[in-house]
Amino acid sequence: MKSLAELKAIRESMQGQIGLRSEDDDTTKIVVGMATCGIAAGARPVLNELVKDVNEKGLKNVVVEQTGCIGMCEYEPIVEVFEPGKDKVTYVRMTADKADEVIEKHIIGGKPIADFTLSKVDI
Amino acid sequence: MLTEISLNVIDIARNSTRAGASLVQISIDLDTRKKTLRLTIADDGSGMSPQQLAKVEDPFFTSRTTRKVGLGIPFLKQEAECTGGTFSIKSEEGKGTVVEALFHRDHIDCMPLGDINSSICMLVTTSENKDVDFVYTYEVDGRSFKLDTREVREILDGVPLSDPKVSEFIRSYLIENQEAVDRGESMEE
Repeated sequence: MKSLAELKAIRESMQGQIGLRSEDDDTTKIVVGMATCGIAAGARPVLNELVKDVNEKGLKNVVVEQTGCIGMCEYEPIVEVFEPGKDKVTYVRMTADKADEVIEKHIIGGKPIADFTLSKVDI
Repeated sequence: MLTEISLNVIDIARNSTRAGASLVQISIDLDTRKKTLRLTIADDGSGMSPQQLAKVEDPFFTSRTTRKVGLGIPFLKQEAECTGGTFSIKSEEGKGTVVEALFHRDHIDCMPLGDINSSICMLVTTSENKDVDFVYTYEVDGRSFKLDTREVREILDGVPLSDPKVSEFIRSYLIENQEAVDRGESMEE
């Protein structure tokens, strides 16, 4: 059985860094719709992939969070990106592969991917 | 319906966090002799009035304003009952809500449990409400392990659960301990 003992080591290795990660004006928020509609459409693997990418690439000031239903269930999984001082970008019908691209091109590269956004979907 | 019981877990637990719960207790209890799976999600959130509770199993009732249907509870109820299992929801205003679903796993219509560790890890580390605590228990024939985020937070002393190193630890803690319980071990109290 794995115990919580390893956590103490993790805590100790981060001594002195506390407070640096608090969310402030520099933080980019990536929000994934996780209501029944989002979950049914496949939001869990999308959220997992975003967290994995942010962690593996060591991206600072980027947080990935859940949210509820935003009322466009037919376009789920939906991912919203809130960057400080910029307009919100809404990505629709997301997949884990598209999530990788969003991290690479938008979050790291600074260029939102128009093809994945709500405005490009045939209504 | 959802394709994994573990996806219902995210859905129902999010009802609890939305109801302002400070503690959400999730348990998966497997009985290999009876071939049953019992899912329980209990919270100390706002609870529901008897009027709300009476309507909660109706897919065309929801308290949210973004849309007119609420399928989370009806899905779970249908998934459990179509295996010959049972569903119950008890709630008291100001006290909280307890949802319980019993599945017969040998029924052909029973959904797999699925990637439960992924669901729990996600709930614990990416919740938009940073203050909510979770206790997750996984039990097989009386053997079990537990993840209690109150204990985790006490050790972390201010480091957030969403920290990459912490979330990676929680993921491996869940996976390794589920495997240990499945092969016959149990966590000591």
